[in-house]
Amino acid sequence: MQAVKYARAHSVEEAISLLQEGGADARPLAGGTDVIVQARERTRKISLFVDIKHIPELIGIEYSDADGLTIGAATPCYQLYNDANVAERYPALVDSASLIGGTAIQGRASLGGNLCNSSPAADGIPSLIVLEGQVHIAGPNGSRSVAVEDFCTAPGRNVLGDGEFVTKLSFPAPADGSGARFLRFIPRNEMDIAVTNAATQLRLDADGNVNWARVSLGAVAPTPLLVAAAADALVGQPLSEESIAAAADASRAAAKPIDDMRGSIRQRVHLAGVLTERTIRQAAERAA
Amino acid sequence: MPATEHIVVSCTINGESQVFLANERDSLLEALRDRIGLTGAKEGCNNGNCGACCVNLDGRIVNSCLVMAAEVEGSEVTTVEGLADGDQLSALQNAFLEQAALQCGICTPGFLVASQALLDENPSPTEHEMRYWLAGNLCRCTGYDKIIKAVQQAAEETVA
Repeated sequence: MQAVKYARAHSVEEAISLLQEGGADARPLAGGTDVIVQARERTRKISLFVDIKHIPELIGIEYSDADGLTIGAATPCYQLYNDANVAERYPALVDSASLIGGTAIQGRASLGGNLCNSSPAADGIPSLIVLEGQVHIAGPNGSRSVAVEDFCTAPGRNVLGDGEFVTKLSFPAPADGSGARFLRFIPRNEMDIAVTNAATQLRLDADGNVNWARVSLGAVAPTPLLVAAAADALVGQPLSEESIAAAADASRAAAKPIDDMRGSIRQRVHLAGVLTERTIRQAAERAA
Repeated sequence: MPATEHIVVSCTINGESQVFLANERDSLLEALRDRIGLTGAKEGCNNGNCGACCVNLDGRIVNSCLVMAAEVEGSEVTTVEGLADGDQLSALQNAFLEQAALQCGICTPGFLVASQALLDENPSPTEHEMRYWLAGNLCRCTGYDKIIKAVQQAAEETVA
């Protein structure tokens, strides 16, 4: 383990000043399931952990019909699938939160941390994207927010500047007729990193037409992708074999994966289509 | 590289108040084993994949290799040493013995802590729920069927 120091912040302001004092090698610590490994294996230089779990607004889940859902960035995954509002209105978040690691990881790991780790294969991020998530950021120059799809910039990199950290994730209340689904392909049943993953949210109007959709893919590009062309293939018509096939084609076209130990380019492009199709069908079932 | 300081951590471990000295860079696993002398939790992978270091932290199971010792200030920790009542093994521990659910035993403390947390939350889990809950605990010699049988036996005895 690197000679990492530890400090506990009790407010956003205290965390900002601790991160500033710590300099470029200071890192926020939420569940630690990525950053502690990185510090130990020296894949990232870390001199100071600023524990943000004791900042009240960083932990917890709030929902109202008017304001939608707000999740404290350090809220552990298990709190998501144990929350009635999340389970009822945002089941795609449950899909993601129950697939990130095993039970002991889910006792600590947060969707905020999954986002900030900015892995191309993150199992949280496609769901955050299709649910129109906003990332709320605090830092020495004040607060700002960005859309989840604009947050990651490269593998392991994102828009956070020195001293900045994510405080909350927020999502609009799902409109009537909405359904969303996240799926991951791995060669075993659980506890693995995605070969490819995908999420879809869509809305059906009273006549059964898709009037809004979002499709996101992971592990097929340097960052998780929002695939606008796949959504465009669905919108303005009822779901049909043709429109689903066109969306899958659009996902295959958008996928620009690498070959690595987990999968080949060819397999990942194929999976982008398969998972797009399956998430569309299962999102529609949830919308109905 | 600057030397890190020793820190003082106060917490509750297996129901008893503890104050211990740790290196600031210690994981909870290192503190338990090397500072406090509780060697039940094992170091397997040291990166969160194997579950051999599983302990209960404030009511949830965690991999203690992925917790900084400094983080448990004010918390309640239960390790495998906290499952038995003195010399009286828990129903779950007895079931592991009766079902021969261990060979080398390295994974066993993690399986026991994780299984106990499952039974505390869900006294009658299905086999699927058991296997899903325990997916983060790896065993490389006994295999999982005997472990699942042991958890099933403990669940039946506890509910009955």
